[in-house]
Amino acid sequence: MTVEAAADPILRIDHVTKRFGGLVAVDDVTFDVKKGEIFALIGPNGAGKTTLFNGITGIFPPTAGRIVFQGREITGAKPHQVAAFGIARTFQNIRLFEYMSSLDNVRLGQHCRMHAKLWDSLFKTPAEHREEQRVTDRAMELLQFVGIEQYTHIYARNLPYGSQRRLEIARALATNPALLLLDEPAAGFTPQEKVELMGLVHKIVDQGITVFLIEHDMKVVMGVSRRIVVLDHGEKIAEGTPEQVRRDQRVIEAYLGTQH
Amino acid sequence: MRGLLSRLGSILESDPRKNPNAVVYLVLAVATIAFPIGVQVATRGSGSFLISQAADAGVYILLAIGLNVVVGFAGLLDLGYAAFFAIGAYTYAFVASDHLEFTPIHQALHIPFWIALLVGMFAAAGAGAILGAPTLRLRGDYLAIVTLGFGEIVPRLFRNASTWTSGVNGISALDTPALPIWLNGPWSGDALAIVQNFKIIDPLAYYVIMAILVAISVLLVNNLRRSRMGRAWMAVREDEVAAAAMGVNTVGVKLLAFSIGAAFSGFAGTFYGAKLSLVSPENFGFTVSITILIMVVLGGMGNIPGVIVGALLIYYVIFNILPGLPQQASDFANSIGATSLNSPSGDWPGLAGEVQRLKYLIFGLILVLTMLLRPQGLLPSRQRAEELQKGVHDDTTIEDVNAETT
Ligand SMILES: Nc1ncnc2c1ncn2[C@@H]1O[C@H](COP(=O)(O)OP(=O)(O)OP(=O)(O)O)[C@@H](O)[C@H]1O
Ligand SMILES: [Mg+2]
Repeated sequence: MTVEAAADPILRIDHVTKRFGGLVAVDDVTFDVKKGEIFALIGPNGAGKTTLFNGITGIFPPTAGRIVFQGREITGAKPHQVAAFGIARTFQNIRLFEYMSSLDNVRLGQHCRMHAKLWDSLFKTPAEHREEQRVTDRAMELLQFVGIEQYTHIYARNLPYGSQRRLEIARALATNPALLLLDEPAAGFTPQEKVELMGLVHKIVDQGITVFLIEHDMKVVMGVSRRIVVLDHGEKIAEGTPEQVRRDQRVIEAYLGTQH
Repeated sequence: MRGLLSRLGSILESDPRKNPNAVVYLVLAVATIAFPIGVQVATRGSGSFLISQAADAGVYILLAIGLNVVVGFAGLLDLGYAAFFAIGAYTYAFVASDHLEFTPIHQALHIPFWIALLVGMFAAAGAGAILGAPTLRLRGDYLAIVTLGFGEIVPRLFRNASTWTSGVNGISALDTPALPIWLNGPWSGDALAIVQNFKIIDPLAYYVIMAILVAISVLLVNNLRRSRMGRAWMAVREDEVAAAAMGVNTVGVKLLAFSIGAAFSGFAGTFYGAKLSLVSPENFGFTVSITILIMVVLGGMGNIPGVIVGALLIYYVIFNILPGLPQQASDFANSIGATSLNSPSGDWPGLAGEVQRLKYLIFGLILVLTMLLRPQGLLPSRQRAEELQKGVHDDTTIEDVNAETT
């Protein structure tokens, strides 16, 4: 990855605020995610990290501020439009389609990239047939990519916990995103599993996809991302390299303040 | 045709324990062909009534297949499904009888049955889209309430707008369906000239047409289930937020399911009106909506063969068993010598009268018992079966719902 390519912002969070009634969950936050990087958002419980993801993906549009993706303003766009623009996500508390097989979960992810219309589906036209074939092949590829191909025909709910997290990533990749948002992808993992998952994250970035991840565990983040933003009580309290952030007085206070 | 044969072949070869649906389809297909022959043999040629009833049951099968798309596939609760049935039937009454002449239009329309089927279908689908578009944006429970209201309003509208619909009297003398013109074109020659003005009045003709329509519907709906759309419905049913985040336009796909369901209902309504040659606002009440819903739930939501079996069973219970129950009860009392039970006295209307009064209670009890014993329905889809036994089989391998059957 060249320095020039990394300089382009793919996502711009511009003075974004989100209020839930009287609670300011995200408070006037501004930062850029650069193309091709692994960018991390950290912060203690309730800092507003997930809320920010929900704002980006259109689930809870921000109260104020702008979100710009690849030069196009996407503030207030519907979730399915955001996905079509090229932003995919996983959820902090896994939200798979439990009673669909792993294969179907990943095939569903390709929904917005498919062209079959009602007519094609009703009459199983040759074009539809080819598309289904292509989508199935791609889904198999993705299951292999995240390393859970042995569960292809198993209901998502019957997968082991770690594989469910990987399946969510495969499903998100199926939407063919330019930017992948991962909400605590390593939550509940053993240190060994965390290392493996970060290996997968690197593999994803190598495919040219920008990764923007939320992580609780500072140590994990320090190892993978070059740039970090820290949120506390909805406010951005620090931004910079892992070293800068680790030494930041407000960050130390925020983390110590919530850890007793 | 080759596809059909190879599919049939795979049905015959497949292990019934793995795919019970294949067996049910096969049994249903054989029964469909054997039924009219069997009836005519058993009744020595006077089985027209039974065959006609079977064609009516087919109307309910179409309705159940359609409602299954809405409730079973997309997980939307539609409590006013009969409204679309009414719209289909009334559409036929308007476009295929002298009736419009007596309305402010003063011009009768006589559209051929086969085209009217499509007109009725699109009229109902259109009504579904108009009703669904604003409602499906809201949370699921609202749809139930709105469709409930819609189901009450539509028959009432047909009853009260009497300048247009002749109110409670309904519209009668609807056109008898004829064979499509292209079936007796110039090539038919003298030998087939008698077909020229062939009208479909024989119950067997309705039966055959119905069987073909049901077969086509099953094929098409199965195709839908195993398509991009079918997957999207399933995803929306499971987790709307996740589906949306994966790029599914949830409102759009729900609207599509809702309209397709309505289209089926309208289609079935057109057939129903044409066969009965009469439509009346009394035939499309809340009980009809609920009956169809029961067929779907009891048969096995989401599973097409299950829904067909459910429709047949409930139809049989409601239209054959329940009406005969009072007579059977009093016969039974006579046969065991308890004749006094049959004579009315005071509050007691006689056993037959009492059973008559209680027959829907009995029906309700049957339903409650069935659902207690088999909450997933008689022939559930795999998902449904599993959902109802969460955690029992934790490592079950399932066959992929979208896997190709050929
Ligand atoms: N839909 C909602 N309605 C009301 N309040 C909400 C909603 N979603 C989040 N909040 C509140 O916003 C604040 C930020 O929550 P958020 O989930 O974004 O935190 P987080 O940084 O992701 O925390 P965690 O590390 O625990 O996941 C919390 O106080 C939370 O209670
Ligand atoms: Mg969170």
